[in-house]
Amino acid sequence: MGLFDRLKSGLGKTRGGFYGKIGNLLTGRRIDEDLFDELEEALIEADMGIATAMALMDALRERVASEKIKNSEALKEALAKEIEKILVKGENPLTVAEGVLTVLLVTGVNGVGKTTTIGKLAARYKNAGKKVILCAADTFRAAAAEQLTLWAERTGVDIVKHGEGADPGAVVFDGIQAAKSRKADILLIDTAGRLQNKSNLMAELGKIKRILNRELPATPVEALLVLDASTGQNAISQAHAFAEIVDLTGIILTKIDGTAKGGIIVGIIDEMALPVYFIGVGEGVEDLQDFNAASFGAALFATEEQNDSKEA
Amino acid sequence: MAVFGSLATKLQETFRKLRGKGKLSESDINEAMREIRLALLEADVNFKVVKGFISAVKERALGVEVLESLTPGQQVVKIVNDELVALLGSTESKIKIAPKPPTVIMLCGLQGAGKTTTVGKLGLYFKGQGRRPLLAACDLQRPAAIKQLQVVGDSIGLPVFAKSVDSTPLAVAKEGLAQAKQNGNDILIVDTAGRLHIDENLMDELRQMKAALNPDEILLVVDAMTGQDAVNVAQSFHESLDITGLIMTKLDGDARGGAALSVKSVTGCPIKFVGMGEKSDALEVFYPERMASRILGMGDMLTLIEKAQSAYDEKQTKAMEERLMKAEFTLEDFYEQMQGMKKMGSMQDLINMLPGVGVNKALKNATIDETLMKKTEAIIQSMTPQERRSNSILNGSRKKRIAAGSGTTVQDINKLLKQFEQTKKMMKQLGGMAKGKKGNLNLPGGFPGF
Repeated sequence: MGLFDRLKSGLGKTRGGFYGKIGNLLTGRRIDEDLFDELEEALIEADMGIATAMALMDALRERVASEKIKNSEALKEALAKEIEKILVKGENPLTVAEGVLTVLLVTGVNGVGKTTTIGKLAARYKNAGKKVILCAADTFRAAAAEQLTLWAERTGVDIVKHGEGADPGAVVFDGIQAAKSRKADILLIDTAGRLQNKSNLMAELGKIKRILNRELPATPVEALLVLDASTGQNAISQAHAFAEIVDLTGIILTKIDGTAKGGIIVGIIDEMALPVYFIGVGEGVEDLQDFNAASFGAALFATEEQNDSKEA
Repeated sequence: MAVFGSLATKLQETFRKLRGKGKLSESDINEAMREIRLALLEADVNFKVVKGFISAVKERALGVEVLESLTPGQQVVKIVNDELVALLGSTESKIKIAPKPPTVIMLCGLQGAGKTTTVGKLGLYFKGQGRRPLLAACDLQRPAAIKQLQVVGDSIGLPVFAKSVDSTPLAVAKEGLAQAKQNGNDILIVDTAGRLHIDENLMDELRQMKAALNPDEILLVVDAMTGQDAVNVAQSFHESLDITGLIMTKLDGDARGGAALSVKSVTGCPIKFVGMGEKSDALEVFYPERMASRILGMGDMLTLIEKAQSAYDEKQTKAMEERLMKAEFTLEDFYEQMQGMKKMGSMQDLINMLPGVGVNKALKNATIDETLMKKTEAIIQSMTPQERRSNSILNGSRKKRIAAGSGTTVQDINKLLKQFEQTKKMMKQLGGMAKGKKGNLNLPGGFPGF
């Protein structure tokens, strides 16, 4: 399966739920309050959150009035434009400078897919001819380092690790030294999952960031938050908390191949102006795609039948 | 957290408007329900579940007589809460134990829900009950999942049955069961790979495992942070496997956990345990009351309502109310009120429980002098019934006697009397205002003297 097809099939499932639903809702309907209510519900069902959903509906109502929108096809387009207007702010692919080290610090709450994402990133950069080093700074979860080691073997890249229970700061320090001496292009740091309300664990993450700043003052550090697409409104709290501790530079949205809509990302992009660097569309090593606002936005309004044929 | 805060405030504002009415009218309820709906949606309860819930509550709330001890707003919240608790189910953490061991427990769920960690927690839970669990590592998908379970097993001193990743989950499960029988393990806990509920092949694999193991419990592990999609996940797993229970994980986070209500309502299965941390002993019994107040996000307002309700005898309150109106309020009544309040816990507790106090610094920092209350109590207790009923007869010698009896001074008594008179005056004014309207005085909102 080609990359594009993979993206399509990954997103297709997503569309089948919400996006397809919007398409169906909007086919041959009169524009009235009922329709607006149903649309708002569809947005909420996509985990966009009430605030975002209401703001979108307000914008849509305004457009209907000012542009004298009369039919549901035009309404569909107007809503697509409103959503895309936001999504486009998150479209800003991660660029890695040539010939210098770039650090990718991967953070997030438990179980969002940090380690898997790192495996995919390692494969991606390795295939692009980069020298990649993995750094196993999740010293808390049982066998996290082993999991990362398997990814290192699978993708053929180096790994720096300590024993379980070691100080993650020390592992990061060693990772930095290894990256310097081996002249690596990419240092990928895996961190333990932590719930954002655990202040001691967040402080530990802050320490890792400080070590990076101190040891690599001139090196670009991308602090990435991995978000699970099936997460609800708590994702907003996650984004804020991690941004405060490590000064996030981007988001990776995982598990978009399920029926979860990942709509929470709309509100986060809107509010925090953070780019979505990648989306995870499966468990395979190649299932990491660039975030593309246009295809995401266009995919919003595919109809159910189109989805069925795509999924088949 | 700011979002939650403002929501609680909004609810309070809505409820303030509802004050002082005898029965809940349709418009009262509609207004309150709008806020409740938002609260539930913000908490990630699925919108369809919210819809059904709201309409059920509306029906129940309409025309309900407001309890004397509650404000109409509190009454609405109480109904919402009662319904929510009822929907969330009971504190039912019992695991069905097979008459003939081993009892087989299979865990399933999406990737990253916390299955492997939960397997360890359940193992430790049963070990603590004197049982001998065996853990079976049937997640051959995720790299190092087997190793993870082995490390977990080691740390809690439990055996783990595992094979290489080239095996199949079905084979591991079958052999694990055989080994449990052979070694006399009375519980077999089966870890499975995380999978999408729409992945037909992998769901079929679980069905085959179910057929081979005939588990006594199939538990779906659900991340408390899950959004609207929780209903689809739970429904699919339930349809495929006929799950017997739910475990909510990561409840030690700050997610409101509305997914609990969603999954409970689509499956009807009890929530048996909740995960409260990463350590192996962080597994707790599910308390529907706690979950309800967490989902509603209203601080401990609910606890306060409960307390107010149980501590106050309705008739007593009614009689008191009438006397307040007529300004016949005596020290005896004052004393009774104090006793009623004492049943509700310490003043400081009560104040802290009021929603909105969190933001009100002055109130939060106001320390209530409990010894002063005790002193007041002692003084009144040292009075004769006659003196309590009409404090105007208190002359110098009576005061001296009371002071000696209560271990206080005449000044203390004078202070109390002055305070009491002020309160009475205030009450009279309030009573005059309330006279025009039908209804109660919103106790406990209007305790005299505080």
